[in-house]
Amino acid sequence: MKEKENTGREFNPLKHRMVPNHEILSEDEVKNLLSEYNVEKEQLPKIRAIDPTVAAAKAKVGDVMRITRESKTAGIAYYYRMVIA
Amino acid sequence: MSALQKSIEEMIVGLKLPQNVIDNLNRELKDRKVTKKQMEEIVKRLNTGYDNAKIEAGEAAGVVSAQSIGEPGTQMTMRTFHYAGVAEINVTLGLPRLIEIVDARKNPSTPMMTIFLEKDYSHDRDKARELAWKIEATYINVLGSMSTDITEMKVLIELNKKALAQRNMTSEEIAGKIEEELGVSSEIKGDTLVLEPSKPSYRELLQLVKSVHSVILKGIKGIKRVVIRKEDSGEYVLYTEGSVLKEVLSIEGVDATRTRTNNVNEIFEVMGIEAARQALINEATDTLKEQGLNVDVRHIMLVSDIMTVDGDVKPIGRHGISGEKASVLARAAFEVTVNHLLDSGMRGDVDELRGVTENVIVGQPIRLGTGNVKLIAKKAT
Repeated sequence: MKEKENTGREFNPLKHRMVPNHEILSEDEVKNLLSEYNVEKEQLPKIRAIDPTVAAAKAKVGDVMRITRESKTAGIAYYYRMVIA
Repeated sequence: MSALQKSIEEMIVGLKLPQNVIDNLNRELKDRKVTKKQMEEIVKRLNTGYDNAKIEAGEAAGVVSAQSIGEPGTQMTMRTFHYAGVAEINVTLGLPRLIEIVDARKNPSTPMMTIFLEKDYSHDRDKARELAWKIEATYINVLGSMSTDITEMKVLIELNKKALAQRNMTSEEIAGKIEEELGVSSEIKGDTLVLEPSKPSYRELLQLVKSVHSVILKGIKGIKRVVIRKEDSGEYVLYTEGSVLKEVLSIEGVDATRTRTNNVNEIFEVMGIEAARQALINEATDTLKEQGLNVDVRHIMLVSDIMTVDGDVKPIGRHGISGEKASVLARAAFEVTVNHLLDSGMRGDVDELRGVTENVIVGQPIRLGTGNVKLIAKKAT
């Protein structure tokens, strides 16, 4: 396969309508979250480090991301994912 | 703002309820006078109402979801093909499509993209058409006819001027593209391209004809057709047969915030796991709705959540969720029984009997609902 011409347009997944807002939690926020739900960090749902949103949000392996979903039932729903390799 | 209003607002902000419930409450409270005492009663009832509406701890939510999706599934048509709106694009619908979605197929049978255009393009038919030509894979057979000259051992391509002009292409461009792809230079004689095979043999000649046919002269490989449709809002939207999301998003004029595909795995690769989850929900609800079936979105959300918890899109079934169960007996009860039992026997696996299936097999109460609760009686002293 030959290389396709680069149009210089970088696609940002976070700007797409189907992608909810992703943000990295600070350490304190992670601590509060884990104590609120009484779970270990490893028990959180996962997100891969190769996920386009992880790169766009500049998250690292081990970070916890808060995802603000628009939910049909709850209006706004928060979801948390831990970045794994 | 009065002190009363302020304290009421503070009470609303302090509520630990979903946004929708709070929005409803605000709507009801608007243009209505409530005292602080009434407000306290409202909050109290709201909280008990919400607690009652929540699913019971220990409830078999997965089984309820499975039944709620499975039963309407029996009423779905076994094999339907449908045309997406006015555009004559074929999409798989009905039961086959639903199976495709929960199986998280890498290549769905009818991939399709919905391409939205940026402001400057979306209301201009000519610009939309131009973009459509840029996206649709163009082969030589739509631009002209090819013939072989056996006496001269040459391939002649007669180009159709109108077709070229329509796609804004020149004969030089085509000659260049063919040379780039096949390494065969061609002579341009008016509207005719003359190609010569590397060796003057009949076989080489036929081989050349074949490979010229497969050269993509313009557009993106994998996109068989592009249909332009004017939506009710007055904007032009492109529908494609075939899906190559990543490349399409990099084209100037394509709205990279709305353009989507029906291929969930492609969405996962380009936009990530959360978008894939949303795509699963959308595709499943649309498929069911199209068949006139109403399944509560919560059931579909549960399935999509399970498919995406681990960061990639996993199928339900033997190679996915059911195949990863910890219990040997649960896996053996599902599919390929002997293999699971044999492998586990050789490895010496232990079954902890935590799940439902394995407890049913050994004849114990399952650990769900009331079976999940253990009572310890205190000895009377």
